[in-house]
Amino acid sequence: MAGKRSVIPFGPQHPVLPEPIHIDLITEDEKVVEAVPSIGFVHRGLEQLVTKKDFGEMVYVAERICGICSFGHGYGYVNAIEHIMDIHPTDRARFIRTMLFELSRMHSHILWLGLMADAFGFESLFMETWKYREKILDMLEAATGGRVIFSIIRIGGLRKDVPDEVMQGFLPELDKVVEGIKSCEKVFLSDPAVLSRLKGIGYLSKEDAIALGCEGPFLRASGVDTDNRMRGYAAYSSVDFDIITSDEGDSYARCYVRIQEIYQSASIIRQCIEKMPKEGIYVPIKGFPNGEYMTVIEQPRGGACYYVHSSGRKFIERMRVRTPTFANIPALTKTLQGCDVADVPILVVTIDPCISCTER
Amino acid sequence: MLENLEEIELIGLLNKAKEIKNDGYRVMQICATKIEDDYELLYTFGRGYDIRHIKTVISPGVHVPSVSDIFPAAFLYENEMHDLFGIAIDGINHDYKGGLYRTAVETPFA
Repeated sequence: MAGKRSVIPFGPQHPVLPEPIHIDLITEDEKVVEAVPSIGFVHRGLEQLVTKKDFGEMVYVAERICGICSFGHGYGYVNAIEHIMDIHPTDRARFIRTMLFELSRMHSHILWLGLMADAFGFESLFMETWKYREKILDMLEAATGGRVIFSIIRIGGLRKDVPDEVMQGFLPELDKVVEGIKSCEKVFLSDPAVLSRLKGIGYLSKEDAIALGCEGPFLRASGVDTDNRMRGYAAYSSVDFDIITSDEGDSYARCYVRIQEIYQSASIIRQCIEKMPKEGIYVPIKGFPNGEYMTVIEQPRGGACYYVHSSGRKFIERMRVRTPTFANIPALTKTLQGCDVADVPILVVTIDPCISCTER
Repeated sequence: MLENLEEIELIGLLNKAKEIKNDGYRVMQICATKIEDDYELLYTFGRGYDIRHIKTVISPGVHVPSVSDIFPAAFLYENEMHDLFGIAIDGINHDYKGGLYRTAVETPFA
């Protein structure tokens, strides 16, 4: 016999949520039977702003969609405009962009590891992982001058060069970060207390992950080997890396995929520095964009779409950003169905939600 | 310059969506663009690394059939189009009736 149904509001303020999202959990006893999300608490109307900002200035706005995947948002917008205007950035600009992309991915994944440790109450592990995140932020600061918003990318290339000696200095730092994450990996993937919160929790099948439009590590942890970096944008066609997948489909698998992707990112950065071309970083642009294009890239949280529609004027008519967290919400509601109320915070964290991205 | 773009009439939307679904695609995004007095709806589908788009133009007030019975994940994009652009969409499998975006200012914005 079905128990009495209750509605438990989860968020928008919750200890596990760095940003606000609200989910109505419809429960029977201690089991969630349905989850109804609602968003909009940090909706800023940034897409609408494109009709009021010069298309070149809009890069700054795109970068401010989110503070974690800021570089990718700037790149996605810039790449769409460059396609419309038939602009081909220099090889050095492409490699530096790729390097910054991967530093952002490492920083984002390590941030997630810390938040995950915090979510299951392992405070020392949280602080240990963020110690290595600081090293990545230091590298980003050395390269761009910024730790959150970099403002180094522009249509046609980069705003400033990154000196070769600065990039060479990243190599020993990367070794330290990888070594540190390997020591943390043992705890995340082997500690019995941690495993009890991750193993078998929040299972999502491969078929559901595909049908529900899942993206990124959430998708790959269900056994789907899709990674938009394989499309070859920036300099990804010139570096070697593996797509990390797992067939287990649970919270443990999502943790495993993100940890392995940190090592892949470190490898890509090393390859970029070794192969770094010498020529310039910027090609001049002329005129205004006229046409429409959609760029699909792999942000740390998954595939992101950037659609630009313009008609040869200074102001663009439409910029649409479909972020990975937005795409992962249907799959999140699916994984929440049938779970214990006590597991909801962990499950929400396992999709690595970025609400600023989602709401724009 | 969108590759694999097909422009269709609204009346053919559901049949086209079924055809695309049968070809093994999943929904990647759906969005609206305000073009002078009309709205342009862009549906994007992906299969592996293949992408295809369909586009249809509607006048304000026209009701659009939901594709969420064909693509379950479409409900979120359709609710978003309703909340941010005021587009009426009939038959969404999870219809939040304007409650997806909780904003201080009343939507639609465009």
